[in-house]
Formats: sequence, C-alpha cells, structure tokens
Amino acid sequence: MSTLFINARLIDPEAGTDTPGAVLVRNGRIAAVEKDTADPVRMLNAQGLSPKDVTQVDCGGKCLAPGIVDIGVKVCEPGERHKESYKSAGLAAAAGGVTTIVTRPDTTPSIDSPEALEFVTRRAQADTPVNVLPMAALTKGREGREMTEIGFLMDAGAVAFCDCDHVVSNTKVFQRALTYARSCGALVIAHPQEPVLSKGAAATSGKFAALYGLPAVSPMAERMGLDRDIALLEMTGAKYHADQITTARALPALERAKSNGLDITAGTSIHHLTLNELDVAGYRSFFKVKPPLRSEDDRLAVVEAVRTGLIDTISSMHTPQDEESKRLPFEEAAAGAVALETLLPAALRLYHAELLDLPALFRAMSLNPARRLGLESGRLAAGAPADLVLFDADVPFVLDRFTLRSKSQNTPFDGQRMQGRVEATYVAGEPVYRRD
Amino acid sequence: MSFEHRHLLGIEPLKPHEITAILDLADDYVALNRRPEKHSDVLAGLTQINMFFENSTRTQASFELAGKRLGADVMNMAMQASSIKKGETLIDTAMTLNAMHPDLLVVRHPHSGAVDLLAQKVNCAVLNAGDGKHEHPTQALLDALTIRRSKGRLHRLNIAICGDIAHSRVARSNLILLGKMENRIRLIGPPTLVPGQFAEFGAEIYDDMREGLKDVDVVMMLRLQKERMDGGFIPSEREYYHRYGLDADKLGRAKPDAIVMHPGPMNRGVEIDGTLADDINRSVIQEQVEMGVAVRMAAMDLLARNLRAERQAKAG
Repeated sequence: MSTLFINARLIDPEAGTDTPGAVLVRNGRIAAVEKDTADPVRMLNAQGLSPKDVTQVDCGGKCLAPGIVDIGVKVCEPGERHKESYKSAGLAAAAGGVTTIVTRPDTTPSIDSPEALEFVTRRAQADTPVNVLPMAALTKGREGREMTEIGFLMDAGAVAFCDCDHVVSNTKVFQRALTYARSCGALVIAHPQEPVLSKGAAATSGKFAALYGLPAVSPMAERMGLDRDIALLEMTGAKYHADQITTARALPALERAKSNGLDITAGTSIHHLTLNELDVAGYRSFFKVKPPLRSEDDRLAVVEAVRTGLIDTISSMHTPQDEESKRLPFEEAAAGAVALETLLPAALRLYHAELLDLPALFRAMSLNPARRLGLESGRLAAGAPADLVLFDADVPFVLDRFTLRSKSQNTPFDGQRMQGRVEATYVAGEPVYRRD
Repeated sequence: MSFEHRHLLGIEPLKPHEITAILDLADDYVALNRRPEKHSDVLAGLTQINMFFENSTRTQASFELAGKRLGADVMNMAMQASSIKKGETLIDTAMTLNAMHPDLLVVRHPHSGAVDLLAQKVNCAVLNAGDGKHEHPTQALLDALTIRRSKGRLHRLNIAICGDIAHSRVARSNLILLGKMENRIRLIGPPTLVPGQFAEFGAEIYDDMREGLKDVDVVMMLRLQKERMDGGFIPSEREYYHRYGLDADKLGRAKPDAIVMHPGPMNRGVEIDGTLADDINRSVIQEQVEMGVAVRMAAMDLLARNLRAERQAKAG
C-alpha cells in the first residue's frame, strides 16, 4: 500500500523548514520527501512505482507534519474507566493529530508491576487506533518508598518511569531509584516541586491568589524541586526528564544543568503555555491544573524557552475528570484538564501570536518527545514511520466541549475561539481519523 | 436607588455609589432598631434560609434578627451537622434547598469561592456570610458604617488593619471596600501573617506596629485565627501580644481620637488588651455589632427589591 501526499505544506521539525512539497508513504513508512520542487511522477519513478499503484491525497496546501508524540496522557484504565477508556482516549488522540500516546501510571491501582503493565498493553492494543506506549511507576504504589521492578517493567514495554504528580520526597529513595534506573538505561520522568511547600496549593501565590483567598504556592517551589533533582543527577548520572517546567525562575537552573552535560530534558504543558492564573477568575475549576497556572510573565518566559529549545517538549498532560470531581468549590475540585483534541489548536495560538513557528512547535510536540523516548517517529524524513497529521492551521472555530471524543469534557477552552483544526491523522500510513 | 445586583457575594463587584446606597439605607434601619417597636414588613412573605457550613454565633444571629425584624420567615440550617456529613455535594444541597423556593439564602462556607458556586445554581438572592479566606461583605459594610458614623466620613482616612491578614476574609473585604472609598490603608502584622502580595492592592505594609499606627484614624484589629493555621505562623501568643497586641501604649501612637474596632470574637490578651476593648471612649466594638444588624437589613431589603422587580418583569 502506498500513498502520495501532494500539494502539501510540509512542516519538518528536524530541518526547521516550512515549505511546499510532497511525501510518499510506502508500507507504513515514509519512502520519500520532496520539498519546493516536488514532481510526483519523478518521486514515483524513483521508487519504481506508477501512479496507479498509489492512493493520491491532495492536501490542498494544508500542513502535513509528523504526528504528535504526547508524553504523559492519563487514560483512566484500570480503575476509572467512566472518565476515560483506551477506546475514547484513542479516538480523541486520533482526532487531535496525536499518533503516539505515552500513558501515565497514576491509575487505580498504579501501573507498578509487569502484570499491571501487561493489562495496559492488552487493553491498548485491542481498542486504540494510535500507538500507545506505557510508562510505569518509579516506586511501588507511587508511594515513594520502594522502587518498582524497573528491569522487568522495561522488558514488558515500559518506556519511562514516573510517579506523576507525586514527588519522591524521600531523597535517599529517589537517589537509589535514579542510580538503579541508570544501570537499566531507563528514563526517569519527575515532577519538580518542593512537596511540603506545594501541599494543598490550588493557585500560584501572587495578587490573584491573595484576592481570591486561595491556598497558594510560590513559583519558587518548582525551582527548589528542580535544584534537588539536578543535584541528584550529578550524583547518579541518570537519564531524566522534568515533566512540566512552568516558571521563569526554574529556567536558569535547567540551562546550567544542560550546559554541564547532564542527561536532562524538560517538558511543559499546553495549558501553561496558553493560559495564566487570571483565567481562573470566578473560581472556574476547569482551569485548575497541577502545578497551578502561573503569571503572564512566567507563561511568556516558558514560551520563549520552548522557542530556544531549552524546554524540549510540549505535552497535553491530558487528565480526564468527571463532572462530579470538578463541580466543587475550587479548593476541593480535582486538578487536571483533557487536552488530546485541543493540544494542536491551542498550540497554534502561539503560532498565530507569532511567538513560535510551526517547525518549532512540532520539534517540541513530535520530534523531541520521540527522540527522548528513542522512537523513530516524530520526523518527516525517508525511513521514519508514516505517522502524520494533516491540518488546516488557519480555520477558525468555537470549541464546544460536548463535541470532544473523550469521555470527560473538562477542557478550559470550552466556548473559546480557536484557530486551526486537524483534517486527517495517519498512523503507519493508514488513516485513523478524517474530519467529515 | 441604584443597586443592581442579584446577589451580595463580595465587595469586589460593588461600585462606590452602591456601597453608599447600602450604608444610607442602613442608617435608616439603625433608627428603626433603636425604636421600642422595631418591626417592618418589607420582607413579609419572603423566606430567608441561613445555611452555615461553618460555625457561627454572631453572624448567624445577626442575619436571623435582621430577617425577623423585616418580617421574613427565617430558617436556620446548621450544615456542618447535616447532609454534608452524609456525602452530599454542595451543589446537590443547593438544588435541594432551591426546590423549597427560598427568596434569600445566607451562606457561610469554609472554602473560598463556594458561595459563588452555589449562587450559580439557585434562583434566589444569595448573601455571602463568609467564604473561606475570600470575602465577608456584610462585615466590611458594617465596619464602614461604624467608621462613617463615628468619623463623619468614609474617605481620606488613615486606617490600620492589624494582625492575621493572611487568613482573614474580613481583611480582604475591608481592604477592597476602604480602597474603593479612597482611604489610605496600612496592614500591620508579622510577615508570616501579612503576605507581601497585599502591597499590590495599594496598601502600605508594616511589620512594626508602633510605626504603623502612627497618626491613624481607625485601628481595626483582627482575630488570630488559630483554627485556620496549619503550621507555625507565630512563635507564641505571648510574643505575639507583646509585638502586635493592641494596648494603650501602642494606641498612643495613633491620633488621639482614633477608634478601635474588632470583628469579634476577641482573644483578649492575644491581639487586644481587655481593658482597651471595653473602653467606651475608644472602642466601637459594641457599635459594630449594632451596625451589623442594620447593614444586613439594608442588604436584604435591596436584594429583595431587585428580586421582586425581576419576578414582576417576568410575570408581566
């Protein structure tokens, strides 16, 4: 099976280019990419194909980019399937241009044994049209006391280890887990946060939290958490990724750690890139995320860090919550937002605001996450898996949360004007989503 | 009368002329309350429910009395003892109450924003009787009325708010109200209880009480909220009293005619000297309680007028 995408606007994050061109897909992989002077006939001839061997897709000048690799997606199986199942998450991902979801282990119970991981793999294969790569907990029950069977879990397919929003507060336990993980070559993903300072916080300290009377945490708690983790990396040499860097004050520490040659990367969430603390106004619990939304200065600093590449990845931090856990006073409401389907339109806000160009966005959403996990995807180059997203970067629409495919519809973008929409998503060259 | 609000959820949404409107009407109710026959029927036929999810004696009694004096049918619900304990959510409780057709709902809740949330779900007028660390609008209004009556004006005064600002909804509402009326506000207390962010509201912050009290017209003391503290904010009550307790010596720094206020209940010997609190020449603490009933009558009267006008418009 071969498909020829012609008349496309190619977003190549590796080359950093945004050019017209064509892509030929053969046997689930990208066979050839031609930019600027794409001649379909020559492309086919070079592969020994004739026009009747291929399905031709006229992209009509729309954007074709490597599919999004989303690290840190919560699918609520096992435990809370009513919030999100592998089936619903898979449909949402496909509709959002996400071709690989890297799932979080913070389910009930946690994914902390090879047996639990096998359950996830089985469920994912049965129900999901996109690639699913599971992460496993770093410590048993995410309790921060004993490390999990990192070796066995890797054999079972765990691509990274994290306790999600639980910080391993016992530094000795974390040091040992990092040391052991290094011997296995495992990637550890941590949530940099000083756990005692941030306990119970529902907002970032500042004028807004003071006015609204919300329990707040200083943005400095993130830097303190990151500083500790960086010191541990110097001790252990482990392979480390910070799940969400959301404050300006944490960035110099990250920069120093990188220039000192530590094996460290960092991500951020789409919500921290596109919203700020003032959006919570009126105690809107759909805007409650963890860590809490930050000031506008922090937001802009983090966007700039994505532009320069200091922050490597952008994630949806997709966290489904049912209405019951959100329709509560702000302090009591659950944190988290669904974002698989809104990740790309929200990210395009940064493009339309001229803060980031499309290759930089896809470097952070596709190329870098794939590289960090050692995947071949995330690239628009011959030989890479044909995981692709075709999208219109400009079409305006108003988001209605009840049209989302997730079982939970807790999005902060409900009723907001968005620009840019996925037209089609391909996994291994096969269409998994087409907008009707 | 221009007071165009459905609810009284906080001071923040009010405009200065609306604050003045409530206070003017409250003045009339002070006069009514001082008559031997203190009854009006402006709320006759209306049902007022007091829902307190947090313990309260003074505020609840004040709202109850205010409603009764205006002729409303008043019911008190002690929510901490009821269905909340059985796992019912705030919204379900609100829907249940809503089905009983109340007209005025007076709500106190331990979480900031909870009263706003509840107001979105009911058809009646909601009065915030204190939500978490957010707002306590009727307290700020009664404080404003007390100041206006004893100082003759509510603008261009130097007002010190002292003590546990961080945990106080009273402080927030007062800060907003007194700021809207163009007064100079000083916040005095240990930095653990007076976070620096409050400077952004245009208040001056002092950690030295003697310095902060210099030449002020009004000294508002706050209760040290031991029940809201989840860690050590002060080393001990005796050190707190020594540095931040209001006594005759510290008050000597204020203007000679400065008044002393306290929202109650007081911790005598912790934030205020007992003798000073009882000094009728300086302390207006008893007046505050009296103004509380009048301000709540005024607020409920205004909200009920809007509610009736809205219903009439709907019926017509």
